[in-house]
Amino acid sequence: MAKLFPKSINRLPLQLAVYLVVVVCVATAGVTYYMTPKYTRVGYAPIQPVPYSHAKHVGELGLDCRYCHSTIDTAGAAVPTTQTCMNCHNQIKTASPALALVRDSLQSGRSIPWVHVHVMPSFVYFDHSVHVNRGVGCVECHGKVNQMDVVTQMQPMSMGFCLDCHRAPELRVRAKADVFNLDSKTIEAAQGIDAARRFVHDWNIRPPQSCSGCHR
Amino acid sequence: MRTLYILTAFAVVLTVSLLGFRGRVFTHPPMDVFPEWAFPGMKYQPKLTQQTPSAFFSDGRADRVAPPNTVASSYGPAGQPLRNDSFLYQGRAPDGTFARGFPPVLKVDMRFLNRGRDRFTIYCSPCHGLVGDGNGIVKKYGMGAVPTYHDDRLRKMAEGEIFGTITNGKGQMNPYADKLAPADRWAVIAYVRALQRAQIGTVSDVPDDRKGELGIK
Ligand code: HEC
Ligand code: HEC
Ligand code: HEC
Ligand code: HEC
Ligand code: HEC
Ligand code: HEC
Repeated sequence: MAKLFPKSINRLPLQLAVYLVVVVCVATAGVTYYMTPKYTRVGYAPIQPVPYSHAKHVGELGLDCRYCHSTIDTAGAAVPTTQTCMNCHNQIKTASPALALVRDSLQSGRSIPWVHVHVMPSFVYFDHSVHVNRGVGCVECHGKVNQMDVVTQMQPMSMGFCLDCHRAPELRVRAKADVFNLDSKTIEAAQGIDAARRFVHDWNIRPPQSCSGCHR
Repeated sequence: MRTLYILTAFAVVLTVSLLGFRGRVFTHPPMDVFPEWAFPGMKYQPKLTQQTPSAFFSDGRADRVAPPNTVASSYGPAGQPLRNDSFLYQGRAPDGTFARGFPPVLKVDMRFLNRGRDRFTIYCSPCHGLVGDGNGIVKKYGMGAVPTYHDDRLRKMAEGEIFGTITNGKGQMNPYADKLAPADRWAVIAYVRALQRAQIGTVSDVPDDRKGELGIK
């Protein structure tokens, strides 16, 4: 009787097992690489209704973040009102087509439809003031906004990202005067880890690590 | 077996070339790995937070403005329940004229002045300049008509009138009441006064024990 299967079939189960391991490894690598916020969110730069540039207004004119985001250290972040733009643009570039929507908005009272870049899920409690007033600079979470023409998400804003800092704030805090200066250094980079530890101790900085701190 | 590996390798190359690498810049909204329609959860709750749109109100905004003629209740700097202190909140004396000096409920000290410098640098210096001479950065870009603080009219102007300028705007200058709480407005005024005083200072203003630092005898 002729052989029904060639001899090499004997090795097939082993070969399949090895292949399965390889596929599982590749798939795991693919999921961690492509299905986590580091891939899905970082780099998001929506097209805004007005071609407003932080590089021009902050980098070149040297405006402070609080001139526009004026509630950041008291009540949380907000996108500036139309009137804020018109403080200057009632005299500067009054005929620019780039600003037509801003002028319309002032006249009609309708908001400019800015597109949100960073969005936290509703089940997370996040407040800017506690971070900004305790030495966490904008640059830690938003990157070098002062060099961006279009605001781009630079950090994944995942739970792991928040917790990395909450577990070791001494590596990321900076002096209070530097919080709004995006080119400043952290205390750790400027004066060493001991000074940073002292700062965290003296200011009694204790970010929450328990679930109810952020999911209240 | 070999074809299987080649196919897998092909699939990997295809995925990578389609999806690219981390750190690319894109404009479409980020992908939700667990989209709400397939995995209902509490990610996007219908609650209204600041600056959210709302179809309920005719202007489409969730943020509401106070109805006319309401007096805001506020435990302001002085701890009064109502904003009815006309000196503190309008800069007016009881007879309706612009008040001079600072509201008695505020303590004008070094801390107050430092707060004023801080706020002035953020909100006023882009136009009025760091020393209040009207040569802020935006002058170079076509902002005209920013006055200097260092003339007699503004030096003699009542504090209450400057408060009115910050609160309600004046001419080409828009109001800053939305950015500065009343107490902060007074702090800014105190700093403006300090700037004005500094420009007309003389040698005799320097305390005797500090003269050495400036090289004055
Ligand atoms: C002249 C006004 C102005 C100043 C000054 C300013 N911003 Fe903005 N900012 C805006 C406007 C308008 C938007 C909304 C449009 C956009 O996203 O580009 C915005 C958006 C942002 C966003 C994205 C918000 C979102 O939707 O998630 C971040 C982050 C931000 N600003 C950070 C900063 C930082 C940090 C500074 C200080 C270095 C700063 N901004 C200074 C006007 C300003
Ligand atoms: C402190 C003053 C100031 C404020 C506040 C301000 N801008 Fe500007 N803006 C400028 C100056 C100065 C320029 C540069 C003009 C130039 O390059 O000649 C400019 C340029 C622009 C331009 C480019 C216009 C063009 O035709 O090239 C846009 C768009 C713009 N601003 C949008 C905004 C928006 C939106 C806001 C409100 C969030 C805002 N600006 C607030 C001062 C200001
Ligand atoms: C600890 C991290 C962190 C720091 C530090 C931080 N931000 Fe944010 N920022 C966020 C997160 C997270 C969001 C999204 C919040 C949300 O969706 O509720 C956000 C949103 C914003 C928004 C958009 C708010 C809106 O309603 O669209 C602005 C504007 C902003 N940040 C500006 C700033 C500025 C200016 C600073 C520095 C003073 C700063 N942020 C510092 C994490 C941070
Ligand atoms: C770069 C460091 C850093 C990052 C990143 C960071 N935090 Fe914090 N967080 C702090 C510090 C510092 C405090 C203040 C602790 C204190 O005051 O004792 C704080 C405090 C808090 C608090 C307590 C607020 C309160 O009122 O008690 C919450 C909630 C919080 N953070 C949420 C978040 C969330 C959500 C994220 C992620 C988007 C985040 N944080 C990212 C440093 C950080
Ligand atoms: C520093 C703040 C912080 C703390 C502390 C924290 N979380 Fe979170 N958590 C977040 C943020 C931010 C997200 C949203 C992440 C995202 O959108 O990618 C999140 C998301 C989650 C999610 C995912 C929900 C979903 O549907 O995607 C779960 C589950 C969760 N947290 C559980 C916990 C538990 C359990 C603890 C306590 C051990 C905890 N968290 C502590 C900030 C925090
Ligand atoms: C966007 C530019 C700009 C900013 C920012 C600004 N101002 Fe002005 N300011 C002006 C202009 C323009 C005038 C001239 C108004 C006129 O007479 O038309 C003016 C006039 C004044 C005057 C003189 C009013 C009078 O009676 O003649 C005072 C006082 C003043 N500003 C105070 C302030 C203070 C305090 C701040 C900070 C909270 C501030 N300004 C911020 C542009 C600005």
